[in-house]
Amino acid sequence: MSEWVDACAVDDVEEEDLIRFDHDGKTFAIYRSPDDDFFATDGICTHEHALLADGLVMDYIIECPKHNGRFDYRTGEAKGAPVCVNLKTYPVKVEDGRVFIDVG
Amino acid sequence: MAKRDYSLIGPNASRAVETGLASAEWYHTDISRKEMKALMKRSDGPAIRDTIIWLGGMAVFAGAAAWLWPSLWSIPLFLAYGVLYGSAGDSRWHECGHGTAFKTRWMNDAVYQIASFTMMRNPVTWRWSHARHHTDTIIVGRDPEIVAMRPPDLLRLALNFFGILDVWHAVIDMARNAAGIISAEEKTFVPEQEQPKAIFVARIWVAIYAATAAVAVYTGSILPFLLIGGPRLYGAWHHVMTGLLQHGGLAEDVTDHRLNSRTVHMNPVSRFIYWNMNYHVEHHMFPMVPYHALPKLHEMIKHDLPAPNTSILDGYREMFPAFLRQLRYEDYFIKRELPPTAKPYRAEFHDVAPQAAE
Repeated sequence: MSEWVDACAVDDVEEEDLIRFDHDGKTFAIYRSPDDDFFATDGICTHEHALLADGLVMDYIIECPKHNGRFDYRTGEAKGAPVCVNLKTYPVKVEDGRVFIDVG
Repeated sequence: MAKRDYSLIGPNASRAVETGLASAEWYHTDISRKEMKALMKRSDGPAIRDTIIWLGGMAVFAGAAAWLWPSLWSIPLFLAYGVLYGSAGDSRWHECGHGTAFKTRWMNDAVYQIASFTMMRNPVTWRWSHARHHTDTIIVGRDPEIVAMRPPDLLRLALNFFGILDVWHAVIDMARNAAGIISAEEKTFVPEQEQPKAIFVARIWVAIYAATAAVAVYTGSILPFLLIGGPRLYGAWHHVMTGLLQHGGLAEDVTDHRLNSRTVHMNPVSRFIYWNMNYHVEHHMFPMVPYHALPKLHEMIKHDLPAPNTSILDGYREMFPAFLRQLRYEDYFIKRELPPTAKPYRAEFHDVAPQAAE
């Protein structure tokens, strides 16, 4: 069931970067791609406990700050060792300059 | 007193988990997101330049040495080749394993495979072992890459300046992996789905060394082994010399890299061979920062770090007496002064760590 949550303003996220968003005891990552599209994933690496918000966005890849594990943040796909488990992704929409994610 | 147990499947492994030392949150010096993004930025230029020098140097020295062989004039050329093969390979393995050396992924992967081969480190197994080293740096029972255990085995360390024990173990590991066997310790940090890859690489390497041996027998010369495999012995000294300084004589079982890692100012040649890993506190705190940006990172956070050692010799003058003292007092370690501008060392977990002797 859909549960759209107002996560941040569009301008809160720089192009080719991400921010952390916490909701209901859970941490998410909100991304802004080089094409100015927005995406959302779980905010914690699937390998070990590390905040992806401290990592590096390169094109459509988020690299974890702890062990340099890489994911495609559009699909959540793990791109190789040391990450083997995909990231969960969430639907995103932009309305009136705000970014909403569906955490349902 | 019971001797420390560094096994990854022994009692200290479960103790580290129970006390919260395993996969703990570590101290980081404050640095703004904007500054960190600039430091983390990838580029291919520095690593392409350095790789051309590295591989080009190896080709020139190896070619000239082989041409002059068996003249004694070939010896200095082999020694130079050996350091590039058996020591510079260590830092290339390390940086490309992190994936930070190049911006382009395939370049990282290609150099990683080459350097893994020269260092005789299975690229699959060691990638995972190094991930654990960063999660649980110098946590007894968790970190598979603790080189100077307490009490330090000085004979083992000395032999490894010539790669003797490292190569012995590497050959055994390679043969075991090639036979399809993953050890119990390897299973603690290499996920099951990755294990067949480790076996596959080991089999390729066995084939390469078998071909090298066949050429050596056919030609009746040891030259093939002076070029392949051998340099891991006679060229290892530089990476052992610099690598020991990374954590040697410092604290165990703490969650503050300023306590268990050492930054050492070095000469430019050693920094080229070592790819700036002399900035080791900085590297462990922020492993996303590429080697070529570490001097800049050091300048930005040095107010929060102990003063670096001023040279390799200065580092050994600090570390070696600590090794000698640990032969008698296993709990001894070096705890260096922080500058007045630094935040205090992290106090958590220190009640379960050995007591500082100074």
